[in-house]
Amino acid sequence: MEELNEKVVRKLKNKFGDIFLNVQEFRGELTITLPKEYIIQVSKFLKEDEELSFNLLSDLCGIDMNTKENRFGVIYNLYSLKNKHRIRLKIFASEGDKVPSVTSVWKTANWHERETYDMFGIIFDGHPDLRRMYMPEEYEYHPLRKDFPLMGISGSLQLPE
Amino acid sequence: MGLESWIGQGFIATRLETIINWCRKNSLYPMPMGIACCALEMMHAVAPRFDMARFGSEVMRFTPRQCDLMIVAGTTTYKMAKVVRKIYDQMPDPKWVIAMGACTLSGGIFRTYSVVQGIDQFLPVDVYVAGCPPRPDNLLNALMHVQKKVQRGECKGTAPALVGDFRGQIKVKES
Repeated sequence: MEELNEKVVRKLKNKFGDIFLNVQEFRGELTITLPKEYIIQVSKFLKEDEELSFNLLSDLCGIDMNTKENRFGVIYNLYSLKNKHRIRLKIFASEGDKVPSVTSVWKTANWHERETYDMFGIIFDGHPDLRRMYMPEEYEYHPLRKDFPLMGISGSLQLPE
Repeated sequence: MGLESWIGQGFIATRLETIINWCRKNSLYPMPMGIACCALEMMHAVAPRFDMARFGSEVMRFTPRQCDLMIVAGTTTYKMAKVVRKIYDQMPDPKWVIAMGACTLSGGIFRTYSVVQGIDQFLPVDVYVAGCPPRPDNLLNALMHVQKKVQRGECKGTAPALVGDFRGQIKVKES
């Protein structure tokens, strides 16, 4: 494992113990899967730790696995401006579950979470303003879900006149 | 004026309608509805190299109330369609529409839930310009087609200006 990745894992394990579901490195990229209840604590620690200081949330996105259990995933791509280093956090949630919002840690998560909510219908708990980002506000569906047809549901979007 | 030296002294007999249409076709005011990358080619057509001023329509007005030709240049989503229609409705009659580029004609490469598969589903289009994006000279050709329509006095925009009716092919079957 790369030196910085090893330091991240060591620090996280010292602080939180054995909560992590999966820690994996592929070509120098570290991916940590954790239970969704811990996401705020872990991200806060990663941001505020002086040595690591992952102070930039460069992206937050969703995935739809189309499975019964843990259908949706949320992926956090973090960047440390200080160390010029990237890691990735992953959490999973079943349909109808609420995912804690990380807007209290990184302000930029606000719009990213709105986008993820718009496209996948994942509800972010504690988000200050969870509205749709791209689709019209009265739209009923979530287009990037696996069970959504590519050409949309006819009649769901109205044309003028 | 110079005109006298050509026709000599005297008068020309014509119809009022013809002369109004002749004036009108040489001073079209385009409304630049540039929504996506086609807009860059549209800007190009107005810029000195292709120079739409040669056809008397170089003055792009950014308010629909001073325009009589709408150039819809770019991918039109369902969300944007309402805006396009609203701007079109604000233009004074008579008015013409050029649909520019593959996305505007038929959705183009964007065969997805969010893109309108052809703006003629909600706008009366006069001239369709093919291409992805069309070259500026192609747009100038479309403008000349519009000018011909103006001269003929067709202003409702219900008939396609190109030969043959393309509408049946563009309409997408409801799935």
